[in-house]
Amino acid sequence: MITEPQVYDWLDEVKDPEIPVLSLVDLGVITRVDIGQNSVKVNMTPTFVGCPAIDYMKQDVVDVLTKHGVEKVEVNVNFDTQWNSNMISEKGRKALKDFGLSPPPKHNLIVDIDILEHAECPNCGSTDSVMKTPFGPTACRSIHHCNSCQETFEQFKPL
Amino acid sequence: MNTLALKELLYKIADDQLILGHRNSEWTGFGPLLEEDIAFSSMAQDKVGQSQALYQMLHELGEAEPDTVAFTRNANQFHNSQFVELPNGEYDFSLIRHFLFDTAEALRFEMLTKSSYEPLSKLAKKIQGELRYHTMHANTWIKQLGSATEESISRLQNSLDEAMPYALGLFEESEFETELIKENIFAGEQALKEKWLVKVKEVLSQTQLLLPDLLSITPKMGGRKGTHTEHLQPLLDEMSEVFRIDPTAEW
Repeated sequence: MITEPQVYDWLDEVKDPEIPVLSLVDLGVITRVDIGQNSVKVNMTPTFVGCPAIDYMKQDVVDVLTKHGVEKVEVNVNFDTQWNSNMISEKGRKALKDFGLSPPPKHNLIVDIDILEHAECPNCGSTDSVMKTPFGPTACRSIHHCNSCQETFEQFKPL
Repeated sequence: MNTLALKELLYKIADDQLILGHRNSEWTGFGPLLEEDIAFSSMAQDKVGQSQALYQMLHELGEAEPDTVAFTRNANQFHNSQFVELPNGEYDFSLIRHFLFDTAEALRFEMLTKSSYEPLSKLAKKIQGELRYHTMHANTWIKQLGSATEESISRLQNSLDEAMPYALGLFEESEFETELIKENIFAGEQALKEKWLVKVKEVLSQTQLLLPDLLSITPKMGGRKGTHTEHLQPLLDEMSEVFRIDPTAEW
């Protein structure tokens, strides 16, 4: 019999294709799993509506669960739960930081310019930084400059 | 629920997003600053992605596949406003269009979070959060350049005057307006336009730009009903070139 913790454990192997240290579970995009007789239905929600990685993630979920012997895997991408960056777990935040990407600050679901301006530099830990642009190399990243160590860094942007 | 009314609403929003997304993408490699190049490219990706989600919703209501809908229609089958199909022009025009359009779009999705059509209200909640970055970007630049130098102010003012008749065309009413409002699918173009004017005036009041006298302007209508400028068909031809060569191509 498959259990829910077991499925979440398996899904921890599936990483974000653009940030390969962060699992989909820690990213918070797995919103629900429904377990049947040797079948699993995974509900997912995209970080950004236009995220081009969502199809890869879907396929990876199918591949990993199939590898663990689940006969029927269904992945349902929907907006029943809307993703926001507070849904990234503590483990995920640490993984982001170790990867060199500043984790998004926790917020009250209203992102304003003040939140964006206070990114912590993942290289030296300084909060003396300035946002260069909220639009980075992917939909989920913003670009900042650290006034302490003079490095440019990216942040997983708050949403 | 009046499905025809709902579909017409979804088509016009999705078509606006797709076409402006494509126009924004034309800045890739040509932005006046590297950051602006990236910003317009990133917003293009958001808009095209959002249009896809709306076409997917239409597909679930019985319309064709998203790619088919996006790439096989002719100009007269598109419901986008004429505003979004106009060429990018100089950066000042693109910036003004971005400001006027995204302000309206953010408010439209905010209104749609209360839609009685649940899939739409859920998607709108999601998109609303993303659009905050777009309006923040537009407002920052309008405030800076709208009170910077004589040249930046006069350029933006000219573009604002030129854009306004087209921007007003965003609020062209649907033939289903009454049904949409009555069934609480969408509170209507008139309500949106009022909210939009408040917001636009609020931002412009922090600059030296002047809102043109709206009473003396004839809005450029017709886009919602398939009447377009000469600029739409060439854009569609370019957008759909690969799809038309081989619709079954796998990437």
